[in-house]
Amino acid sequence: MTKKTITLNLGPQHPSTHGVLRVLLELDGEIVVDAKPDIGFLHRGFEKLAEHRTYRQNLVLTDRLDYLAAMSNNFAYVLAVEKLLGIEVPKRAQYIRVALVELQRIASHLFWLGTHAHDLGAMTPLFYALCEREDIMDIFEAISGGRLTPSFMRCGGLAADVDSSFVKNTKKFTDTFSSKVDVYENLLTENPIWKLRTRNVGKMSKEFCINTGISGPMARAAGIEWDLRKSNPYSSYEDFDFAIPTGLQGDVYDCYMMRIKEMRESAKIVRQAVDGLPESDGSPIKAKVNKFPAGEVYHSIESPRGELGFYIVSDGGKSPARLRVRPPSFVNLQGMGELVRGQLLSDVVAIIGMIDIVLAEVDR
Amino acid sequence: MIVDIVLQIVKIIVIFAVILTCVAYLTLMERRCLGFFQVRLGPNRVGPWGLFQPIADGLKLFFKEDMTVLHANKFYFILAPVISFVAVLSCFAVVPFAGNAYIIDIPVAVLYLMAISSMGVYGVLLAGWSSNNKYSAMGGYRATAQMISYEIPLALALVGVLILSGSMSIVDIVNSQNGMWYIVKQPLGFIIFLICILAETNRCPFDLYECENELVAGYQTCYSSMKFGLFYIGEYAHIFLACCLITLFYLGGWNGPVLPALAWFFIKVFFCAFCFIWIRATYPRVRYDQLMNLSWKVVLPLAFLNLIVTAVIKVMF
Repeated sequence: MTKKTITLNLGPQHPSTHGVLRVLLELDGEIVVDAKPDIGFLHRGFEKLAEHRTYRQNLVLTDRLDYLAAMSNNFAYVLAVEKLLGIEVPKRAQYIRVALVELQRIASHLFWLGTHAHDLGAMTPLFYALCEREDIMDIFEAISGGRLTPSFMRCGGLAADVDSSFVKNTKKFTDTFSSKVDVYENLLTENPIWKLRTRNVGKMSKEFCINTGISGPMARAAGIEWDLRKSNPYSSYEDFDFAIPTGLQGDVYDCYMMRIKEMRESAKIVRQAVDGLPESDGSPIKAKVNKFPAGEVYHSIESPRGELGFYIVSDGGKSPARLRVRPPSFVNLQGMGELVRGQLLSDVVAIIGMIDIVLAEVDR
Repeated sequence: MIVDIVLQIVKIIVIFAVILTCVAYLTLMERRCLGFFQVRLGPNRVGPWGLFQPIADGLKLFFKEDMTVLHANKFYFILAPVISFVAVLSCFAVVPFAGNAYIIDIPVAVLYLMAISSMGVYGVLLAGWSSNNKYSAMGGYRATAQMISYEIPLALALVGVLILSGSMSIVDIVNSQNGMWYIVKQPLGFIIFLICILAETNRCPFDLYECENELVAGYQTCYSSMKFGLFYIGEYAHIFLACCLITLFYLGGWNGPVLPALAWFFIKVFFCAFCFIWIRATYPRVRYDQLMNLSWKVVLPLAFLNLIVTAVIKVMF
């Protein structure tokens, strides 16, 4: 009896596995019989490293977790530490943080949009999306000096206060951003080939998402109205008016629409945060940090990819006794094997793109 | 006698030099146009406006290490790019650029074109198979299925043109369009021909047997240096050929007011090439099964319909 299927090694060096994901595919012709994701090529021992560095030093490591959303990782980490300390962050700092992470969400989604479209053969959206991402990177660079890894947040507040040029640049960005999203939508949303490639591909049911633990835009695409910014508001999110878009079918097209709509909502939040930014009264932008108490905390935020949580065990020392990350990419990736089974090889690429993984976050 | 032969050889050399120059500059044109579509510049460093870029690319390919992968079937591995290259270039033998600028005008030119251009699929298939690489093999299989599927409606669309012109000689076909271009008389045939020729030349949105996002580089994954170069030139020559054919069969060839015939021909050809690039910059890629569905369930029946309607009208009037 001869083997009827061929084993195809997709990755770790492959143009569309978004980093170093390796997928072992069993193919029957072009149809995927089985798929086994293999991860760990980018493991850097983040959680162990964190035990040997102080709370403040760890912040720099969080940038390198999800390098497409460094601000969000900073944010989740400092929120967890602040929860441990039990301190209140100045309102102005809270608003700036919200503006920054929402800008980061837009930047992350833009990069996703470009690479995902490129995976499906459309070259041009990548370059358009990177243009706008560049504006956000410039805003980050102006305030923190860093573009990809700003390390701008601090336990208790921010590294520095922002000035009026930040407000001006951000307003300029939000003013024009909606029309830019229209351009991307023009290229893709109603494009018949785009619809052919994404509709009914990688369909997820609500139950499947909940059982697998999928969160973020993927879960919302399947129709689950679950967004930590609404359900467990942190850092003054309750002050802002924004909608949570949800889809119906949970296919690749819905995931695409979710992220497009989220970008528009995020732009609204940024605008509100910048408009309502409390005036600086001369007091420092960072709350005073005292001795770290012993205890355990978990805090999670809605990162661009889903629920990003930090679990910290403290024994009262300068470093965490144990630090554990709940990376959304890692959890979302678990459903992949199930989703690609029975689909075609081309759909595997679409589904990997839909998950929006960052391997640095998956492997830590 | 000898003078005739020498003249013919000179003609062949000149025309092929022109073709290869056009092909080289087609690559530059594609990169520059894509650049402008994508809010970037494209290659503009080598020479004024990047005009020497194709020469630099060619030289670079010559000096690359020429590798033959282990376990490849060496004979076919080397033969494959040669077939691809030769098949396309041979087609140009019957392609006229203007009223008298052609190598040969044979009475069965269209048949010859269809036959020789079909040979190209052997190059791709053999490349995919002989590389002993799964990605290459899948690219090769896709190519075979795609080329065979689209050759049939392509030929059927052309039969419409043949019925109208009553000749298989390309010069006659162009001359018979003096009053009105066949794009007006054969709009459906033109669209079918365009879709098929996009698929035949492996262009977006039908660039399935090379698509880098799934198959890395498809059938040419294992090729390097000038073996890759031959594929590359062959591919662009195929695009150039496709643009020439669209111009000759549907856009009235070299006919046009004021400007000389050659100028009109090249204006039309490069306009077609620009449209090819435009399409590439706009559309995502279709999936393999969707491509097959399109060919057998949509394009082929439409091609038959076009053929029957054309034949009926021709007989009735």
